[in-house]
Amino acid sequence: MSGRLETTFQRLRDKKEKALIAYLMAGDPGLAETEQLVVALEQAGADVIELGVPFSDPIADGPVIQQAAERGLKSGTTLRKILDSVKSLRQRTEIPIVLMLYYNSIHAMGCAQFCKAASTAGVDGLIVPDMPPDEAGPLKGPADAAGLPLIFLLAPTSTPSRRKLVAEESHGFVYYVSLTGITGAKLSNVTDIQQNVKKLKKVSASPVAVGFGVATPEDAAQVSKMADGVIVGSAIVKRIASHQHDPAMVGHVAEFVRSLKAAMAPA
Amino acid sequence: MPHLPDSHGRFGPYGGRYVPETLMPALLELEEEYAKARKDRRFKADLAYYLKEYVGRPTSLYRADRLTKKFGGAKIYLKREDLCHTGAHKINNAIGQVLLAMRMKKRRIIAETGAGQHGVATATAAAMFGLECEVYMGTEDMQRQALNVFRMRLLGAKVTGVDAGSRTLKDAISEAMRDWTTNVRTTHYILGSVLGAHPYPMMIRDFQAIIGKEARKQILAAEGKLPDYLVACVGGGSNSIGLFHAFLGDRKVKMIGVEAGGSGIVSGKHAARFSGGKPGVLQGTMTYLLQDENGQINLTHSVSAGLDYAAVGPEHSLYHDQGRIEYTYATDTEAMAAFDLLAREEGIVPALESAHAIAHVVKLAPKLKKSQVIIANLSGRGDKDVQQVARMRGVEL
Repeated sequence: MSGRLETTFQRLRDKKEKALIAYLMAGDPGLAETEQLVVALEQAGADVIELGVPFSDPIADGPVIQQAAERGLKSGTTLRKILDSVKSLRQRTEIPIVLMLYYNSIHAMGCAQFCKAASTAGVDGLIVPDMPPDEAGPLKGPADAAGLPLIFLLAPTSTPSRRKLVAEESHGFVYYVSLTGITGAKLSNVTDIQQNVKKLKKVSASPVAVGFGVATPEDAAQVSKMADGVIVGSAIVKRIASHQHDPAMVGHVAEFVRSLKAAMAPA
Repeated sequence: MPHLPDSHGRFGPYGGRYVPETLMPALLELEEEYAKARKDRRFKADLAYYLKEYVGRPTSLYRADRLTKKFGGAKIYLKREDLCHTGAHKINNAIGQVLLAMRMKKRRIIAETGAGQHGVATATAAAMFGLECEVYMGTEDMQRQALNVFRMRLLGAKVTGVDAGSRTLKDAISEAMRDWTTNVRTTHYILGSVLGAHPYPMMIRDFQAIIGKEARKQILAAEGKLPDYLVACVGGGSNSIGLFHAFLGDRKVKMIGVEAGGSGIVSGKHAARFSGGKPGVLQGTMTYLLQDENGQINLTHSVSAGLDYAAVGPEHSLYHDQGRIEYTYATDTEAMAAFDLLAREEGIVPALESAHAIAHVVKLAPKLKKSQVIIANLSGRGDKDVQQVARMRGVEL
């Protein structure tokens, strides 16, 4: 299977470019805006969209994403409506879209039904932050059957044996968590990131993307030198929040994404 | 009975380890360290010493004669966890986990708290061993348990309010998990109930199982037979599993867990997971949850902060499905009546949590024969609730 995600990483590799993975909370402030943002961010240089599914109790997320989830829930966003949005986006764009969602959202729909629906809608991968590979059994079969790669996270605290496990189980890409903490914390210890990503790349057949704490074009430039992809979440969501009542919101966010991608250009 | 949980932390389909990868190494380390500690003679001796000399164990099994007479049915015994140092069973677990933290050379302790009893117990144990301590508490709970907030501060703990979601126990746990994710290298998270990811539900059960071990010996000495019924309230479920565990193999002993019925099940304002919930994953574990059809966690309600939580310990979920333990609920009104009853009849002011267990004894005892025996777990004392009850009754203190 050569999906949108794989094709995108291959195309970028051929151009010696790195992937910019932009995170959006679906339904923040509304799903119509989310759809506009996906299209605009693609035009601004985003290579992959990571679409968050709002959950009431997001244990891996810092305050910025938590509040975005609250806004998403307030606007009536559900997993089914998000899949409908992805389906309608597929008439306009081929940008890879991976869902970032907590396991209870999947469990409530049922693993098999969810995977089928997500794949049909045009979703290209799944990131489930509270589901380490150890617990992925019930999701793996249905995800494989639907051709949906499961993307696992690796952390600075991970031991060599866990690095191997995560690298083996992860498909599409491996999500390296840059820091010991939650989303939106401040990027720290770049040397550590570099060393850990290097070790990870040795055992991983999939590309490695780095996220958590990448907030500025300078951060993005630095991280893009070490990894195949750079994930920016809270910094984008923060801009959506501060412009949520501004008709020019989409433009502001696109401008920021453009500056991130520009900073990642190969020297 | 097979040894539970299995090596994956599973109680049948429940339990497991649904946490961010950052925490996985810490959970694996904790599991390994705990496995070593429970076999270590020195650890066991230390734990036994502090439980006896500091906590004041064994707690008594008190025959409540006036209560028994009032209902004219079964003989009622109360397991007096309210007599533990700090006023509740929570200290049994806090001491055990602080000793573990010291073994792992972690000098910073964090905890969540609902009613404040676990927070006070943790702050106490941390103070006794000279460890830094930070307790997360929902701002709604801080208001209704203001006394315990001040107690924790007296004990040198930092109390951090959590102003998210329902501002109760659930949100305090999420925030403590975020702190742990960030500071996992230096910090041990002392979870207060049989919740969260493996090995917590197993480890906390083991630390609380002393309640039932004592009660089993005590009732055999007092009555020459096992009890007919065990009754305990169930929030996360640590005092109940603590009492029940030693009796699980005694097929004739019936066990009843009492959840918080709040304003009633129909109202939707309650925390009775087995009366309105279904299995799902919250805060690290697969278990019965109060959730909507999309898997969003429902807001809960109970007059008692310690029972006001959307999930229940995974081991309870298994015993529920197997029918080994029966789960029922008591409403706020029933619990308040039981609170008054125990104060007036026995001179014991129970915690509002424990009053839920008493409320069920009120329903059960009259239906039983005089030859039958009930043990109810009086998991904590009500001093912390006096202010709140006064406020609810419009009494200014």
